[in-house]
Order: sequence, then structure tokens, then C-alpha cells
Amino acid sequence: MILTRIFHSSLGKKYIMAITGGAMFLFVVAHLLGNLQIFLGPEAINRYGHFLQSNMEIVWPARIGLLIMIGLHIWSAISLAAENKAARPIAYVNTKTVAASYASRTMMMSGLIIFAFILYHLLHYTVQAPVVNLKHVDFRTLHDPEHRHDVYNMMIIGFSHPAVCAIYLIGMALLCLHLSHGVNSMFQSLGWRKKTYGECLSKAARVIAALIFVGYASIPIAVITRFLVQK
Amino acid sequence: MNLTLKVWRQKNATDAGAMVTYKADNIIPDMSFLEMLDVVNEDLLLRGEDPIAFDSDCREGICGTCSLVIDGIAHGGQRGTTACQLHMRHFNDGDVITIEPWRAKAFPVLKDLVTDRSSFDRIIQSGGFVSVNTGGTPDANALPISKLDSDESMDAAQCIGCGACVAACKNASAMLFVSAKVSHLALLPQGRAEAETRVLNMVRTMDKEGFGNCTVTGSCEAVCPKEISLDFIAKLNREYGKAVLVNRAERQNAGA
Ligand code: FES
Repeated sequence: MILTRIFHSSLGKKYIMAITGGAMFLFVVAHLLGNLQIFLGPEAINRYGHFLQSNMEIVWPARIGLLIMIGLHIWSAISLAAENKAARPIAYVNTKTVAASYASRTMMMSGLIIFAFILYHLLHYTVQAPVVNLKHVDFRTLHDPEHRHDVYNMMIIGFSHPAVCAIYLIGMALLCLHLSHGVNSMFQSLGWRKKTYGECLSKAARVIAALIFVGYASIPIAVITRFLVQK
Repeated sequence: MNLTLKVWRQKNATDAGAMVTYKADNIIPDMSFLEMLDVVNEDLLLRGEDPIAFDSDCREGICGTCSLVIDGIAHGGQRGTTACQLHMRHFNDGDVITIEPWRAKAFPVLKDLVTDRSSFDRIIQSGGFVSVNTGGTPDANALPISKLDSDESMDAAQCIGCGACVAACKNASAMLFVSAKVSHLALLPQGRAEAETRVLNMVRTMDKEGFGNCTVTGSCEAVCPKEISLDFIAKLNREYGKAVLVNRAERQNAGA
């Protein structure tokens, strides 16, 4: 009965949306911190990559967990959006947007593009399919002197094609847009937003979203501007 | 002032309806929006045409009956104001003004600008009762309520149930309305006893009536003539979550 009240009610589906979104947000932050180690040089990031790859107990639960999160997030989004569409069968002839931010009105659009981006990203660096990196390099053959997977040079080669760089920048810009509304709404949907800190939360959401964009975008930009080079 | 109106005309609930253009001449700026429509209607009557049907009752901003989307904004865009309290001085001579009914599946159009908002009544009904003891008048201060709680409760109780929140929401969601109704009782000790069953039932009815879901755009709050805050929606989410987790409603029904 508790499950029906969650999975079959509008508010419950928003809880699912918020909780899965929150979990993915935490992953996005952790993933960013991990990746920023590229600025520390090959040793740091290759060791980190090796640590993750050699601990299946960490990698697989995380992957399965994220898959469930993304599945539930998309399921609730589609289900809620279908209800929203049905709730207004006849559109207004003249309608003005009042108060609603651009990000809040385009969550579905930004979400779907981010999903497409994630698929590309997985093919690029997880499956490491040579066709999608546009450099025709097989990332699987890259190894550092210590016989670890050479994550450092993989990222440098991976981002050195301008088109790939552009895909990442667009993906991250939309993620930033999505989070600028999502992080705030997550608290609202779970009922964790209160008057005392509500305004602060809305602003913090935008700042955090911007920081995440800057953090992630810094890597392809550093590569394309040759601040980071192959070692 | 002379205006051009583009008004939604629809003979009955099954008619397709369309926008029809009218002239509103010699309008006095001190008239309210509804008085302006009265003038147009008198003209239509004299010409033997069907007057524009629209809802109104108190015409002083307290009953929530008037319900017009004016130039694409529910109640016309003056903050904290119902359509009946919107005055023609906010428009300019020569303006073209569009007037439409609330648009939502749960608010079907009956005629022209009149919608059936009984879905709101059904939500209220499903909320049930508040326990009040009979007998002598209770002593003042026998039931201490902090000023903060009573103020917040009264803020929520201001909702006049006009439905502008639904009309303005891109998803036609009734969350602001339901949140106000749930909150104003949940904040007071008298309403606390049934708070959990109330929130569960009201949300279920809201979903059943075919309203959309909240995507936290804030449009509802911006058009609300009583300026009900989005914070109440957070409170509704909180109340619902508590009710689901504590699950007292069900344990009561099971006699446990
Ligand atoms: S007619 Fe009563 S609020 Fe407008």
C-alpha cells in the first residue's frame, strides 16, 4: 500500500524523481572530483582509474545502482509528463509565461539531450568504441609504463577532436541548465524546502550548477587549448 | 477609452468554440474589468446577440468566482488581484485584449468563459471533517497556538479557491490549491487529528480529477490573487510523505 501511494500518486512519483535525481547529482559531483585529478598529471588519474577498475565490488554496484536511478528517473519523468499533457487538452490561444524560468520549462528537453549525451559518453570512454572518438585510436591499447590503463592519455586524445569537445561542452551546458532547476526542485518535492532558507537554496542550486559546468568544461577546454598535452 | 476584445465564445460544453472579436467603446478607466464586460454585454443584448457568459459573484476579490485569463495571464497579471478587482486604468486606449476561460481537463468549459470547477469541491469534500468538541465554549487560551503557526495557517486559509493556480500552471496542476487547504488545517491543533487521512485523500482526489503535476515553475504563486506561497507546496509534500511513512490512516482502518 505504501508502494501504491508512492508509485501511483503524483506526489509519490515526484519523490522518486527527486530521490533518483539527488543520487545522480551526488554521482555527478563525485565523478567530477575524480576527473579533475587529470590536472595532477598521469600518475594521479591513472592510479585512480586503476583503483576503480580493479575493484569490481565498487564499480559494478555503482553501475547497477546508477542504471536503476536513471531508469526510475526517466520512467517517472515520462509518466508525469504524459499526465501533465493530458491535464490541459485545449491550449490557450494567448499565453504568457509568468515567473517560470527557462530551465523549469525545458526540463524534458534538457533531460533527453543529457540522456543522449550519456549514451555517447559511455560509448566513448566506457565501451571505448574507436568509431565514436573520431581519432580512430583504440583506447583499450593505451597503457602507461606501469601497465595500467592510461586514462590520462585517453582523455587527452579523447578531447583533442574539436567536434568531440563541442559535444561535451553542449552536454555539460544542458546538465547545468537541468541542475539549476533540478537541485532546487528536489528539495521542494521532498518537502525539505522552507521559507527561512528557500531563497538561499534556489540561488545555491544555480551556483552549484554553474560550478559543475565550469569543472567539467575545464577538462576538454584545457585539452583543446593545449594546456594539457599528451605525456 | 476604446478597446478591441478577442473573447472565447462557446455555446455549450460540447461546442468547439472559437475566439470572436468585439469592440468595447467608451470605457471609463475607473471601471473594473467585469464592468467593462457588462458594458459590452449590454451592447450585445441591445443588438439581440447572446451576451458573453462569465462568472462573478462578490466583485470585491473575496469569493474566487471570477475566472478570466486576460492577455495570457490568469486574472490579468496585476499581483495579488482577482479579475473583478482589475481596473481598466491598467490598460491603454486602443489595446487589443484577449479573454479566455481557465484551461484544464478538470475545469471543463460550460459556456464561453464559464468553467465547471466542482473538481475543487470534490477535493475539499474528500478532505473530510475537523473534530470539534460540542459543549460549552472552550476557555480562551486553553489550547495554546503560537502566533507564528496561527499566522501561517491564516496565510494558507486565504485561498479563495478560484483556480488561477491551475489556469496558470503549464501542467494544469492544482498543487497550490491543495497545499493551501491541507496546510491551513494541518498547522492548527484542531485540524491535526485528521491531518494524515486528509492529505492522503485530498491528494488521491486531486490525481483522480485529472490535474497535472507540480514542476516547481512558480507560475501559480505569481498569479495567485491571495499570494499563497510555494512554501505551502513543500509543506504538502512533507505532510504527504509523513502520512505515507507513518501510515496511521491504514493502521486505524485495520483497527490496530
Ligand atoms: S467575483 Fe468574487 S473574487 Fe472576483
